[in-house]
Amino acid sequence: MATLLEARALTAGYGGPPVLHGVALAVEEGGVTALLGANGAGKTTILRALCGMIAASGEVRFAGERIDGLPTEAIARRGIAHVPDGRGTFAELTVEENLRLGAITRRDRAAVAADLEGALTLFPRLRERWRQQAGTLSGGEQQMLAIARALLLRPRLLLLDEPSFGLAPLAVREVFGALARLRAEAGVAMLLVEQNAALALDLADRACLLETGRVVLQGEAAALRRDAAVRRAYLGR
Amino acid sequence: MEGFAHQLVAGIATGGIYASVALALVMIYQATHHVNFAQGEMATFSTYLAWAAVQGGAPWWAALLGTVFASFAVGVAIERVLLRPMRSAPVLAVVCAFIGLMLIFNSITGAIFGYAVRPFPSPFETSAPLLGGLVSGHALGSTAVTLAVLALVWAFFRHTGLGLAMRAAAYNPVSARLVGIRVGWMLALGWGLAAAIGAVAGVMVAPVVFLEPNMMLGVLLYAFAGALLGGIDNPAGAVAGGFLVGVVENLAGAYLVGAELKLTLALAIIVGVLLLRPSGLFGRAVESRV
Repeated sequence: MATLLEARALTAGYGGPPVLHGVALAVEEGGVTALLGANGAGKTTILRALCGMIAASGEVRFAGERIDGLPTEAIARRGIAHVPDGRGTFAELTVEENLRLGAITRRDRAAVAADLEGALTLFPRLRERWRQQAGTLSGGEQQMLAIARALLLRPRLLLLDEPSFGLAPLAVREVFGALARLRAEAGVAMLLVEQNAALALDLADRACLLETGRVVLQGEAAALRRDAAVRRAYLGR
Repeated sequence: MEGFAHQLVAGIATGGIYASVALALVMIYQATHHVNFAQGEMATFSTYLAWAAVQGGAPWWAALLGTVFASFAVGVAIERVLLRPMRSAPVLAVVCAFIGLMLIFNSITGAIFGYAVRPFPSPFETSAPLLGGLVSGHALGSTAVTLAVLALVWAFFRHTGLGLAMRAAAYNPVSARLVGIRVGWMLALGWGLAAAIGAVAGVMVAPVVFLEPNMMLGVLLYAFAGALLGGIDNPAGAVAGGFLVGVVENLAGAYLVGAELKLTLALAIIVGVLLLRPSGLFGRAVESRV
């Protein structure tokens, strides 16, 4: 399969000493790569660096073209939808307006309407909340809204930052069920940051293990699941 | 009683002007959390442009329309050239820039057009009072124009994709970038719109207060009082606050404090709101975690 996203020697931080030290990673077309690691390992920082939200050096190629150095909005317009840490919904706006914003850069109205239908089929709960302010939704509903909004960009790559964070177990199942369907039916590639390693490795085909800003292990998700060190540290067995 | 009704109607007419300028202030405040002190002087400059166009023989309404477009362009240019490089500057630096901008516009207006007080023509019949002597034609006409402008602005933000994108950029710039919105340009558009709204307000108030480089100073104070009263982060509240300040100002000027002390009232409202209810009548109190 062709490589959709490839980062090389990615170094980034927040003004002080760098958080990432020369990270290399890749996401295949239609594939799911999971980023695993402890708190503070640099998982969220990788997503932010890929999207141009923080200053970074190194090379990032998306669909063969360099995107490092581009402003965030230009990267989004190329088809990378980021569901950020804390979900990033527009709390003051309604569910409908949030979803309209997801497709704000698109001009193909008919396709947008179809994508909206698709997103609402994936998350039927959002239809019931249509006119409600996003800030009043439950955590699970906000996560669904954030993912649905990202899908309305019709992305080729979805960056997901801890989609299970703070959710009730039932909501986690619903969200990950939807992600699995997206992967199987729509073939959307994903780069998934997730604390829950078992959940992430179930969805992913590749995985990177991060420690203090460096990739210490990467490979097939199945292989990482069998790895003794990973099992001990992240899977609790 | 008739005098009271007269003052009330006159208050609504000037209130419309304050409401427009208050809306312009709030639009920029919502997006940047700065109050544009130069809003009034920018409007004065725009009004002089309209005056020059009318003097040059342009039809009145064409002069207004041209001025609105020119002011929009000036507003966009100010954001792009002056404020864009200051995006991460400390608050005090931005305040200084705004005060500098105010002085620059004031001086440019004076240098080009002089400091003489001039009459400004009104397109509305001013000699014959309407509604049984209650209201002048200009007051009625300018109220209609300001209400139309406010309705247009509301419809733009509520019902167009660009309006939605501008609101999104103001509420949450980080997420707005993630959906592909060019946040910097949304800010510039906001400046342009605010300048255009201010231009209409200036042209509407000029026949009443007469044209001179400092004509918007009082208006800006009243508008600021209105914006604070209604809630500086709430456009609808600021508009309501602007109307309220207009009415209170007129009634108090006629019955309580007299015309000389009216401006003090605006300052009293500002201090009162900041002391008693900083989020304004319709604003929401912001809680922030530390």
